[in-house]
Amino acid sequence: MPGKKLKKFLYRISKKPCLFVILVIAGFALIIASNSFGGSESEHLVPSAESLSRQSGLPWWTWPVILFAVTFVLGILAVLAGVGGAVLFVPIVSSFFPFHLDFVRGTGLLVALSLAIAAGPSLLRKGLADLRLALPIALVTSCGAIVGAIVGLSLPTNIVQTALGAAILGIVLVMILAKKSEFPEVKKSDALSTALKISGIYYEASLGEQISWKVHRTGAALLVFAGVGFAGGMFGLGAGWANVPVLNLMMGIPLKMAVSTSISLISITSASAAWIYLNKGAVLPIMVVPSVIGIMLGSRIGVKILARSRPAVIRYIVIAMLALAGARALLKGLGI
Amino acid sequence: MERNEKKVTEEQIAYAKLLNICGMIAFVLLVVFFAIYLTGTVKPHIPLAELPKYWGLSLPDYLEQTNYKAGWSWLNMIGKGDFLNFIGISLLPAITILCYIRISPILIRKKDTLYIIITALEVVILVLAASGVLTIGH
Repeated sequence: MPGKKLKKFLYRISKKPCLFVILVIAGFALIIASNSFGGSESEHLVPSAESLSRQSGLPWWTWPVILFAVTFVLGILAVLAGVGGAVLFVPIVSSFFPFHLDFVRGTGLLVALSLAIAAGPSLLRKGLADLRLALPIALVTSCGAIVGAIVGLSLPTNIVQTALGAAILGIVLVMILAKKSEFPEVKKSDALSTALKISGIYYEASLGEQISWKVHRTGAALLVFAGVGFAGGMFGLGAGWANVPVLNLMMGIPLKMAVSTSISLISITSASAAWIYLNKGAVLPIMVVPSVIGIMLGSRIGVKILARSRPAVIRYIVIAMLALAGARALLKGLGI
Repeated sequence: MERNEKKVTEEQIAYAKLLNICGMIAFVLLVVFFAIYLTGTVKPHIPLAELPKYWGLSLPDYLEQTNYKAGWSWLNMIGKGDFLNFIGISLLPAITILCYIRISPILIRKKDTLYIIITALEVVILVLAASGVLTIGH
């Protein structure tokens, strides 16, 4: 019964964007207010998260509970806006929670990994994701992600925080400017994709017909994917925000297949980088488990209300949230 | 959708099945061990009430102050409630390695040389990352 009520409530919210915006802003205001007890710290470039937590006066258990609630909402928004969970998780949690950025990035990768593991099997079984396409790309992104994770954990926090802020603002631009092509035209497969036998057919339910696809610019795309993997590993992001445009616009893969294959890719790329964070000790169960469970439950609700929601409005809300969190991360990193 | 399933390769189906099963096991382990941790059934290395002292520290400070050696040393601390959670957590990235190993015999049987090489290389990379060899100082 409570589940039904919750679904009704969420459905109503999704139909009233103004109410949704107010709720999101109120949530953020609550976090910022609770973070701000005790004033600011001018002596550190990156304010001490430990002191934020102590000065807030909140008992320890409230932070995992708030984290669970926020990741639950992020899970809903991530599905409705068509972005990965980690791209929202890392900038928001690192900006508004008392946890150190090192642990936030480690958790972000595990959040991205969990979502990809949960969604991947169904997409692969239905043929909406293509393993033959994902495997060579994953090899390149994994290497990039491992190097990114090692570099990210070796740099001073303020530099990573600044770069994260800049990267998130860059992602906001990509989300605003990047066009999408439902069925891109690929006149001829390139030599590399022909050698790897990357092509296929999938059933497009919305059209009720089989769509055949092939790819081009594979070599150049692999180079870009190395960079995408690096950024994903360095900042603890799933990198779906970059995978989809590269697969769709650069390689010419139909949009639905690009989104689905990107999810399969994230499960491999995030796993590579997550090992580095695990081995370095940058993983706290008190952060990981509530975040993973919260975002998983949220994404399930998101999938259920997806058909009845207004994706465009929610996408703008997510872009606004990312811009806010990115700007805050940038300013925090610069010590402003 | 049924028509589409016929186009899906054998290795892709095998990969998806194992990903699904291992994913469910990992999530169950995460929930169970976290409940044990929170209820205090097994005493943690860091008491829950003291966590705010540590979660805001940078990684080197955290490792030093908690006397945690990182790497696979958590296996020696498995009797502590917090490190018990690492079983479920480390299973999440390990699933990918298992899935790659699962599809290898299928690719070998199909004599798909390029993909056998790609799969083998990926397993080596993931195992190296998991081993802790690929780390440098903070």
